[in-house]
Amino acid sequence: MFVIDCPNCGSRDQSEFTYAGEAHIARPTESENMTDAEWAEFVFMRTNTKGLFAERWWHATGCRKFFNMLRNTATDEIHAVYRIGEKPPKVTANLPLTPAGESSIGSGNDAVKIMTRDEENAS
Amino acid sequence: MKRYSALELIRQGLGGHRGWDRVWRKPEPKPSYDAVIIGGGGHGLATAYYLAKLHGMTNIAVVEKGWIGGGNSGRNTTIIRSNYLFDESAAIYNHALDLWKGLGQELNFNIMMSHRGVLNLAHDEGEMRQLKRRVEANRLNGVDSEWLDAKEVKNFCPSINISGHIRYPVLGGTLQRSGGVNRHDGVVWGYARAADALGVDILQQTEVTGILTEAGEVTGIETTRGTIRTPKVASVTAGHTSVMANMLDIRLPVESHPLQALVSEPIKPILNCVVMSNAVHVYCSQSDKGELVIGAGIDAQLSYTQRGNLDIIEHQMASLMELFPIFSRLRMMRQWGGIVDVCPDASPIISKTPVKGFYVNGGWGTGGWKATPGSGHVFADLIAKDEPNRIAAPFAIDRFTTGALVAEHGAAAVAH
Repeated sequence: MFVIDCPNCGSRDQSEFTYAGEAHIARPTESENMTDAEWAEFVFMRTNTKGLFAERWWHATGCRKFFNMLRNTATDEIHAVYRIGEKPPKVTANLPLTPAGESSIGSGNDAVKIMTRDEENAS
Repeated sequence: MKRYSALELIRQGLGGHRGWDRVWRKPEPKPSYDAVIIGGGGHGLATAYYLAKLHGMTNIAVVEKGWIGGGNSGRNTTIIRSNYLFDESAAIYNHALDLWKGLGQELNFNIMMSHRGVLNLAHDEGEMRQLKRRVEANRLNGVDSEWLDAKEVKNFCPSINISGHIRYPVLGGTLQRSGGVNRHDGVVWGYARAADALGVDILQQTEVTGILTEAGEVTGIETTRGTIRTPKVASVTAGHTSVMANMLDIRLPVESHPLQALVSEPIKPILNCVVMSNAVHVYCSQSDKGELVIGAGIDAQLSYTQRGNLDIIEHQMASLMELFPIFSRLRMMRQWGGIVDVCPDASPIISKTPVKGFYVNGGWGTGGWKATPGSGHVFADLIAKDEPNRIAAPFAIDRFTTGALVAEHGAAAVAH
């Protein structure tokens, strides 16, 4: 289970939070001129990143405010929490060696576990 | 392929079981194939089998990063049903159900298909009305479905609690008698064996690291075991559909989430059907080994880690206790997660893409297993002819642009 460091309330259990999806998707400003394809891109299409991912969370049973988080979706490691309107900070993450490979930590799938570059260098 | 039969079993038994063939070969990758299927789960192997059997494409390969059936095929709760609300969904899931019925015979492999019936419970007036409407819609589409009141539910499934003293009493439910469960490994191994016998190369521990194109057309794939040339690449990578599509900068409307399941210690037969409840949110069946197989909804966050949060499991166990107080002292033995890619309309994507020769089958969300044979059957048709058939056509990616969604959220019997 995650412990999330809410920028307003401090460290709390994940069950207090509601997930709010991919961050930094700006609402189009000239929506009256948009094509159906552009609408589909805004409403439906998502990067669904395996690796470092910027996402929104809502502290539903705390301060009830939205904030952004940078999490590695291959390991569930949380790298940064930052406020709405801010840009994601630069961090280094333990990423899979291949696009669909599994990280050395955080995956239950030992069958396809692939070492990270750091680990490979160390061994 | 040596056929399995009672006679063969006796003959091999007399010889100390030393004469059985390998169930499938372990080939080296060829430099090129007529088509390559990415993903050796149920859907991918079914696709390969039908491509070889019905379309004569035998010079094809299935590439799998782990072992076959080690992803979501080995992690789901194997519930089979086709009682979806809309015509498009009824068509594909009922197509699959028809194929399930004869699949064990066709593959000459015991898939332990058990048509024991699937109950979808209603716990309030609104849900009752909605489920009754679904029964009628199902019947119009030729899907077997009937409404049971609470007493009839109790008669069909005697271990269930229908007392009025629980928070969400059981008011009735729908029953699909042809629904049920089967054995996930049996299906995967059966398809693999039959596809292999037709000449399909199954390449395990071969991960795709890139897809090669020239002038907007697929020309091959890069794998951890070298380059393979091919004009057709079909992605059937439940959970990782976006990862494959991102290699070609194709945008998809899917998000990947962990979906957890767990099993209890084995007990004597007590649950004779599959029970699903949307409102209290749990589904449960009993395996032939005696374990209760229990599942519910996804974890909300996007993740590829194949594990989820404990509060999700606590919630589904609480729901199970309410429906079956008799299970309250059971210990749970194992718990795991799989990564499901969920579409906004809770319907799959079976589609061509803007890159010629690249096909996508994914976005099945939490309910892909039941569709395995139907999915493979129509996807093989799409790959061979480069055009979707009547069943596959509504599930093209362009529905998110045209707005012709197949919005099955309510009909899937669990919230996604």
